[in-house]
Amino acid sequence: MLNEVIQTIPQVLIDGLALGTVYAVIALGYTMVYGILELINFAHGEIFMTGAFIGTALLIFMTGTGWGSALPAIVMLIIVLIVTAFLTGFLGMGIERLAYRPLRNAPRLIPLITAIGISFLLQDIVRFIAELTKGNYIVTGPSLFTEQVLIKTSSISSIFNDASIKTSFIIVLVTAVVMMVALDIFVNRTRWGMAMRAVAQDRETASLMTVNVNKVISITFFVGSALGGATGVLFAVQYGTIDPYIGFILGLKAFTAAVLGGIGNIRGAMIGGLLLGVLEMFASANLTLLTGGVFGAEYKDVFAFAILIIVLLFKPEGLLGKPVTEKV
Amino acid sequence: MSILEVRNLTKKFGGLTANQDVSMTVEKNSITAVIGPNGAGKTTFFNMITGVYQPTSGIILLENEKINGLQPHDVSKKGISRTFQNIRLFNEMSVLENVLVGMHINLKAGLLGILLNLPAIRKEEKASEMKAYNLLEYVGLADSLNEKACNLSYGAQRRLEIARALAANPKVLLLDEPAAGMNPKETKNLTQLIQSMKHEFNLTVILIEHDMKLVMEISEHIVVLDHGEKIAEGKPENIRNNPKVVEAYLGSGAIQTG
Repeated sequence: MLNEVIQTIPQVLIDGLALGTVYAVIALGYTMVYGILELINFAHGEIFMTGAFIGTALLIFMTGTGWGSALPAIVMLIIVLIVTAFLTGFLGMGIERLAYRPLRNAPRLIPLITAIGISFLLQDIVRFIAELTKGNYIVTGPSLFTEQVLIKTSSISSIFNDASIKTSFIIVLVTAVVMMVALDIFVNRTRWGMAMRAVAQDRETASLMTVNVNKVISITFFVGSALGGATGVLFAVQYGTIDPYIGFILGLKAFTAAVLGGIGNIRGAMIGGLLLGVLEMFASANLTLLTGGVFGAEYKDVFAFAILIIVLLFKPEGLLGKPVTEKV
Repeated sequence: MSILEVRNLTKKFGGLTANQDVSMTVEKNSITAVIGPNGAGKTTFFNMITGVYQPTSGIILLENEKINGLQPHDVSKKGISRTFQNIRLFNEMSVLENVLVGMHINLKAGLLGILLNLPAIRKEEKASEMKAYNLLEYVGLADSLNEKACNLSYGAQRRLEIARALAANPKVLLLDEPAAGMNPKETKNLTQLIQSMKHEFNLTVILIEHDMKLVMEISEHIVVLDHGEKIAEGKPENIRNNPKVVEAYLGSGAIQTG
């Protein structure tokens, strides 16, 4: 049995990393906003979903026009990614400005409820627009990168099976990694990133040290939402069919990833996302085998969340989180 | 010439009056001390000047320009900087970064520039790193610039707070109990630092302090608050012998028997 599990590892790693990077980038949005406002922005999953729809709409539009279809698919994707990132970035910034900022000093539960409200609102707005224009809220985008590449992992060692990848997997992986590296540089090396960390640690002191806190919070929402929206496009390209409710379960898992890595910690979110993705794919590939057919692949979520619960039992602050000391 | 003027400043928290009708004028390039027993409203007074609290009534003028009603970051851009009674550094950031945050004002970049990390912005950042280094050298922390702020010793953290406050190029520096928790030697060094800062950076210093030796030695003007009201002001030697001040600190019995 062990041999059979080991055989699947190359494929599990590849699929898991691709899914994990999607979780990781969305988790970044949760963790950044939590770090700075201690707000769990449940609308973030819906920003991801909105990004998927905007991206699909743009792709359908561009492949429909002559000059659009003349472009190489990868150039088209990059344009769509950038445009979508900007649009969802401004969407996130707008949501913060209208819905969260007036509640900045309200008890923490109130903005949380607002966030849930926003997420229903976005679901229904997107559904309404999709039904109005397409007649159906389940939308299938143009398939762009469908070639399969076979990796001969069996040539490394005979205990591995060969793994296959769709080209879109590579694109998802590369884009997500580029986004994460860029964010890490932004937060740790630039002045606005530094201001973000300062506001996250002590908002009032930061404002007394000339930092415009509202602007920093706006930028945080912009960056988080832009990344989330761009990931939505990647998701749409990868899986083809989207509906207005994909944001819920994916958002929930990304949030889980953020908690697993230590909420508020950016690198933690990345690691948490990757780990959750790989665990989920591992379960999906091997659960039937490991349990002798009692549990099928559909129990992958149970497996992944069970791991999460175990980690949190022993390390409640998450993998990279710091134990919380109460602020005075 | 006055640099900061406060007129009839009142702050009420519900039924509690923290400051009542406080007026004072601070001369440019002077060192002024605000003293008073615990709970006299000194920190509230500082919080109003820096924009953390909005006064219930009254006005605050910095170089004859009204600054109450502004957000704290705008007040600090106008040239008022401060340190805290309980040290409030960004503990998880390096010593250098703490000072750089204080210089955030200098960054003119727009959103696009930030995202693209344009060369002009990188140049700006280099220049401010240089300036931050010089400030750290000035307060004697240049050696530990890459250390996390929370790993510094207590006295060093106090000095780092001063360097961070200086980073914003303040005209007026507010020090909230700078000598709290310091031993006599550290207090002596601090006294020298405050005096040298005043000349070096052309500063006006206002400090809240309980260490009367430091207050009497350093300040040119003293304002005494009690129960939120100004009960006396003047030169150190006048304050020392003012019966109202003695009463506020020691109770009325002290005067009758003394």
